[in-house]
Amino acid sequence: MINLSRRKMIVSGLAATTSASGLVVAAHLAQKYGLIPPDHGGIYGLGETLNYASQRLLTRHSLAREFSRSQISRPPFPNELAPLTEDFKRLQAAGFANWRLSVDGMIHQPASFSIADLKSYPSRSHITELTCEEGWSYIAEWIGVPLFHVLNLVGVHPQARYVVYVSMEPDTWDSIDMADALHPQTFLCYGMNGSDIPVPHGGPLRMRLPRQIGYKNLKFITRLTVTDSLKRFGKGCGSAACEAGYAWYTGI
Amino acid sequence: MATLGSTSLPTLPSRVSTASVAKPAPRHSALVRVTHWVTTLCFFALLVTGIEIVISHPRFYWGETGNVLTKPLFQLPIPSSRKLVPTGYGYVLPDQNGWSRALHFEAAWIAVLTGLLYVIFGLLSRHFRKNLVPSKTDLSWRVLLTSFTKPLRLQRPSAADAFTYNGLQRLTYLFVIFILFPLVIWSGLAMSLGFISAFPWSVNFLGGRQSARTIHFFVCLALVLFLFVHVAMVWFAGFWSRTRAMITGRTATRKEQA
Repeated sequence: MINLSRRKMIVSGLAATTSASGLVVAAHLAQKYGLIPPDHGGIYGLGETLNYASQRLLTRHSLAREFSRSQISRPPFPNELAPLTEDFKRLQAAGFANWRLSVDGMIHQPASFSIADLKSYPSRSHITELTCEEGWSYIAEWIGVPLFHVLNLVGVHPQARYVVYVSMEPDTWDSIDMADALHPQTFLCYGMNGSDIPVPHGGPLRMRLPRQIGYKNLKFITRLTVTDSLKRFGKGCGSAACEAGYAWYTGI
Repeated sequence: MATLGSTSLPTLPSRVSTASVAKPAPRHSALVRVTHWVTTLCFFALLVTGIEIVISHPRFYWGETGNVLTKPLFQLPIPSSRKLVPTGYGYVLPDQNGWSRALHFEAAWIAVLTGLLYVIFGLLSRHFRKNLVPSKTDLSWRVLLTSFTKPLRLQRPSAADAFTYNGLQRLTYLFVIFILFPLVIWSGLAMSLGFISAFPWSVNFLGGRQSARTIHFFVCLALVLFLFVHVAMVWFAGFWSRTRAMITGRTATRKEQA
């Protein structure tokens, strides 16, 4: 039935060999240029890798759209919160005066910052959209210190590749690559719409990445760890969300 | 293997029946067949995961932003997988967004790459010009109207119809391939925060991110409508012979035409 001529077999063999070696070379280059996300394994790994690699190639330095003050959504919509812990309530009762952001990992000197410390650094703001993976969104003014400013203060080692950030909510942590960590719109946010950021929106300190989906913008940030590999963190796929089945990279 | 007693068919060259080695040209070329079924699989994956994602927020808006505190354009009368959405139902469905989003984007990648391959092949092999661009006579209103009313009057297509598309079919396929698919890809990309940071015009042109989401939903509805009509017409014309033509490339045998 199937009439395979010798020529056909040679051509198909050559095509198969070329594609296979092409894939190996592509995988090698992708690894070299940091285009492989930590959650590249499993049946959805292909899609996650294509999402991350294509966006890193296209959007490494692009800026999220910013909006006018008149476009700010009033009131902003706060998503559901897990019940606040006793530790959090104690800090809240003291007006977050004792809130600490500790920074460790591949840096010159471990450091710790209060909210007042962070507020003393040059303040930046942008009016950007926060969008949830469910489909809803709102626009707010976000005020804070750019993450790159804090990273410059502590002195990041050149081999660093990721910044892990940990929330005070139990079992809540995530990570970003250096392209996002050093991006000018990535803020440690202490203000929103002209005043302190309210607790339902992540006060006193929220990670704000306007080029990624809401669940990547963790609330109640208490710790940053700079690292060259995510393998030692949790199950190694880069975030608690990933371990719950949600993508690590959410620029899409 | 000359199973086709093709002397009776006007569309095939007469030498098919005489030459011993001649094989009739397949109804659909191998690339059309493979890309058709890959697209089918991706379409079902995209549809199921798309429904799951919509269930987490079955409200639609127009403009840049929208949430449960703003007035929706419309809300689907279905329960939601999130507590905060006011649906009127007393229960919340389980959250399926994690794998749904992952599979949605993975299937979209495969569908888009397959579609690119198909379009490049279609241009190079003159597939579009030969099989899909309608001729002038195809485009007369009377002929188009007949193609539309014939199946409605339950008149089955003739044997010759198994080898070509009529004008209405050609226009429909061209509309799906060159209007609906590009539009669903565009409106999908216009929701990607990374993509629109690099190409802000892609979302601004559609009237904002929530508008893009609403357009994505309606284009999807149009594609589902196409799917239903497509399958109904295949059923009507002879489900197994037409499906076999799209799997093996072979058209109806003499026995079936008798």
